[in-house]
Amino acid sequence: MKFIEILKLSLSTFKTHRLRFFLTTLGIIIGVMTVITILSLIQGLNMTVEKQISSLGSNTIFVQKIAWQMGRIDFEEVAKRKDLTIEDGEVLKKLPSVDKLSYTKSTNVGTITYGINKARNIEVIGSDENLQYTSNYTVKSGRFINEDDFKRRRKVCVVGSYIVENLFPNTDPLFKTLNLGGKQFVIIGILEPKGSFMGQTQDNIIIIPLTTFEEVFPRQTGFQRVWRSLSFQILPKDGKNLEKTIDEIREVLRRRRRLGFDKPDDFGINTQQTLREIYKNITNVAFIVMVAVAAISLIVGGIGIMNIMLVAVAERTREIGLRKAVGASNRNILFQFLLEACFLSFLGGLLGVILGIGTAKIIAALTPLESAVPVWVVIIGVLFPICVGIFFGIYPATKAAKLNPIEALRYE
Amino acid sequence: MICQLINIKKIYSTGKVNFPALNGIDLIIEKGEYTAIMGPSGSGKSTLLNIIGFLDTPTEGKYFYQGKEVSNLDDDELARLRNKEVGFVFQNFNLLPRLTAFSNVELPLIYAGIGIKERRKLVMEMLEKVGLKERANHRPNELSGGEMQRVAIARALVNNPSLILADEPTGNLDTKSGSEIMKIFDQLANEGRTIIIVTHDPNIASHTKRLIRITDGRIIEDKIVK
Repeated sequence: MKFIEILKLSLSTFKTHRLRFFLTTLGIIIGVMTVITILSLIQGLNMTVEKQISSLGSNTIFVQKIAWQMGRIDFEEVAKRKDLTIEDGEVLKKLPSVDKLSYTKSTNVGTITYGINKARNIEVIGSDENLQYTSNYTVKSGRFINEDDFKRRRKVCVVGSYIVENLFPNTDPLFKTLNLGGKQFVIIGILEPKGSFMGQTQDNIIIIPLTTFEEVFPRQTGFQRVWRSLSFQILPKDGKNLEKTIDEIREVLRRRRRLGFDKPDDFGINTQQTLREIYKNITNVAFIVMVAVAAISLIVGGIGIMNIMLVAVAERTREIGLRKAVGASNRNILFQFLLEACFLSFLGGLLGVILGIGTAKIIAALTPLESAVPVWVVIIGVLFPICVGIFFGIYPATKAAKLNPIEALRYE
Repeated sequence: MICQLINIKKIYSTGKVNFPALNGIDLIIEKGEYTAIMGPSGSGKSTLLNIIGFLDTPTEGKYFYQGKEVSNLDDDELARLRNKEVGFVFQNFNLLPRLTAFSNVELPLIYAGIGIKERRKLVMEMLEKVGLKERANHRPNELSGGEMQRVAIARALVNNPSLILADEPTGNLDTKSGSEIMKIFDQLANEGRTIIIVTHDPNIASHTKRLIRITDGRIIEDKIVK
């Protein structure tokens, strides 16, 4: 008997029991749908996050008191760490592999006002002329802070587009003055917008010379000191040799901070790659959870299929007997029922994939999330349920195939 | 000689009790014979028919089909023999309710691996032979009992089997339909086909040329009537 004939035979039964088969495959449909939806959203998130991580400046190395990492941080130990110093920076600047180094300190000054206008959640960054390169800022109008501003501790500032939008909606902000920490600062430059990072705007910043910053915002206290103390942004000469540059920086800092060879770093050297790894760790957890959800729902769906196939075998006992009487071999019967189970689960998978992609698109349209459907997920979403169908169909199909034709014919 | 059965026994064991349905049957069926097997219910006549038709296997004894021993064949070979060599007609017709008359008759041809064009031709020929060409697209619930049995006969004949086996073929029919069915069997016998009918109705048995009586799993009478 040809395969195509068995296939036709298996498919013919679906016409008569449409609702029953739909309900049976619901488990698989929902399982596959959930997985496809969430994986599409994760994939969309991956792309968004990758774009944003890249926007940090692809090769910039961030040297701070603390390393970016997942999990527990020993705050007591971190709080005791020595601050990085300008002198450390001067030594690092002389490394042959270092191109540009900028110093940064920052503080959140909350809300600032200009006339009746307000801008909330403002970050003030004390830095120098090199920040423009290490943080990849583009000046839209006016100029960036320069060496002279730094040396003379000028009260000048460069502002992000968020400030312009909120404080100067109708006027040109250049050469207007802002009150920061009780001092008047002249706006000398406006930055191009950078967009948002992880849902937060990056344009709520005011950049002033580091020297002025230290005058206006004296030392910070408590946990602020960990994040807000002096840190460096370093641009290496050769972006391909990031690891070598990092090693050299680590070497210098460990020597200057007199760390024994058996002591761990008491500072952090962070790059885009560090962020990527943290992100990957988070999504890996999500991925494992998804696989577990998928496995459970497919097992539940598979049991549903096994159940309905056993019912089908019982209902059609006489049909099986008759088919055997007119010449169906055990294998013919086995394949008929196995194909039926496979087709059921295949349909479930297909519907699940379609509904999953649809749901992901709807969520993407209604929320800031993006969705992207990886091809391999679609293929697995269709193929894996078929395997489930075979696995859970084999028992009912074998049962059908082994029926004794005479007993089957007499079955009422 | 189509079938030769030597000392065939069939014993059903239900737990501790062994029930012999057939108790040493010796039988030869010649090509072209028109035979009736009669006996009270439980006498083993259906079991005998099932063994002859490869639906069942004997517990003991030897069965030669066209000179070849078939008592120990595996399932696949038995399925092939049922498909090619035997046409079964049942008391309750055993048509598949979801399928049309055409598709019901087509079944044995599908399992024989015959192509769709050839199948169409053979099925229509058979339906014409039993006078149901116009009913080809009707489902069993749209047919009368007599018509259903004629579809079943067409299905039994469609693979051109050497042996036609009928188990109480008129048992579920009224007298008129029953005699129509018997006319078809008589005609098939005249064409030289080998037919065995199991029945307890002497009127049916009177159509055949050989009569075998079974009681308690043994042949008690075997005679040529015409």
